[in-house]
Amino acid sequence: MALLEVQNLAKTYRQMGGDTTDAIGEISCKIEPGEFVSFVGPSGCGKTTLLMSIAGLIAPSAGQVIIHGKEVSGPPPNLVLVFQDFNKSLFAWRSVLGNVRFGLEARARRSRRGEDKARSLIDLVGLKGFENHYPWELSGGMQQRVAIARALAYEPEVLLMDEPFGSLDALTRLELEDTVLQLWEELRTTILFITHDIEEAVYLSDRILLLSQRPSRIIEELSIDFARPRNQVITRSQPRFMEIRNRIYQRIRNESAPS
Amino acid sequence: MNVGRDFNWAGWMLFALLLLLWEFGSRLSPALQSYLPPVSRILRSLGELIISGQLVRHLMITLSRFLQGYLLAASIAVILGIVLGYFRMAHSLFEAVIEFLRPMPSVAIIPVAVLLLGIGDAMIVAVTVYASVWPVLINTIDGVRHLERTLIDTGRTFGLNRRKILWLVVLPAAAPYIVTGLRISLSIALILVTTAEMIAGSRGLGFFILDQERSMNSSNMYAGVVLVSALGYVLNRLFVLGEGWAMQWRRGMLARESI
Repeated sequence: MALLEVQNLAKTYRQMGGDTTDAIGEISCKIEPGEFVSFVGPSGCGKTTLLMSIAGLIAPSAGQVIIHGKEVSGPPPNLVLVFQDFNKSLFAWRSVLGNVRFGLEARARRSRRGEDKARSLIDLVGLKGFENHYPWELSGGMQQRVAIARALAYEPEVLLMDEPFGSLDALTRLELEDTVLQLWEELRTTILFITHDIEEAVYLSDRILLLSQRPSRIIEELSIDFARPRNQVITRSQPRFMEIRNRIYQRIRNESAPS
Repeated sequence: MNVGRDFNWAGWMLFALLLLLWEFGSRLSPALQSYLPPVSRILRSLGELIISGQLVRHLMITLSRFLQGYLLAASIAVILGIVLGYFRMAHSLFEAVIEFLRPMPSVAIIPVAVLLLGIGDAMIVAVTVYASVWPVLINTIDGVRHLERTLIDTGRTFGLNRRKILWLVVLPAAAPYIVTGLRISLSIALILVTTAEMIAGSRGLGFFILDQERSMNSSNMYAGVVLVSALGYVLNRLFVLGEGWAMQWRRGMLARESI
């Protein structure tokens, strides 16, 4: 049985004045344990809505999300979401260590061992020496590293990432991609990743689910089988890489062309 | 913030100059002295009253009433403010009542309180609570309503229940607003304690000031006024110290924003 299953999920937003917007048309997919799956689609295609539904933060209008055979009706205990707006999601009143420890406290695991665990996670995301800094003292990339460490401290089975690097500069982005891949390979957490950066998705994922314009549905599914560990230079310079990238690009462009 | 190294010499010189002007102006006219005794005589009265223990007793009574009223008001207002700020339903239910009661000058409640509670400590504390609830309440509601949605969703995705979200996320995030309310209420509470003591009561600094005025003992009256303003000053300094300690995480952040 799949770890996570999205079944005929649809979401319609009711706006003020009674108008409705169909964010998600109908989406179904299955995620296996340990997979790195990306959702790619044009902006405004309901990617965030999809992830929020999987995270149990918003209720779908139809369909369901099933984790370990159980229907999601609120935030599931074995899953955590990393938001795009790390500066709105981090706790400004807690230090780096305090933020990461929050992930443990939420699991009610505040102990001596917890403290060590928080420190080793901070180390793992490359923030050693910044334990006692406050988020505002860090760059955007470092802040998102804190948010990732905090999420991992929660020991989720599934990590959802909503365009986590969307507001970072290109170089920082590449660094964080590798950090996430390393963590993923080390901890074997299942990752669902949202991005509108096609190359980022190809570089990171085992599998890419291509979403259409709103109301979104899955228009294509691609398996990406580049050898791991991947490398920003080697992986990206393979002819196959560009081939896949171009195919996805054309597919999305055709899809979103005015009809 | 004023720290030792940039001591405001000019300001204190002006203050000393005004005191000297008072001292010698008063000495020029014997007629004036019964209304406006020289500073030196006021200070002497203050010294004598303190040594005799008379004024200290009144001071302790006022301080105790102040603390009871202020702390009670703060606890009520923070809890209520968080609930009203967080739960939209509760807010719309209470909004009209709050908007009606808030603009009323709080001293107008004193006769009502006397009628209901007599002229004892309970009345004075009750009046103080009533008056100092508003700034904290309004600011807390404001603070909670201005919270980023992402912050609350972060609490939810980490599996926190509602009570924990309020305690671990909403309360600290709204703290800067709450502290502003607490600072405003500090002086309001002192005003109300003193006023209520003047209107009804046989002890406390407010009573002492009015009593000395009625017995035409103006230098003692001024001594009371000086002491009550000293009390206000000290309480305010203590508050600022406590605030600096509790809001440490914000200090650097604000300093950076103001550059």
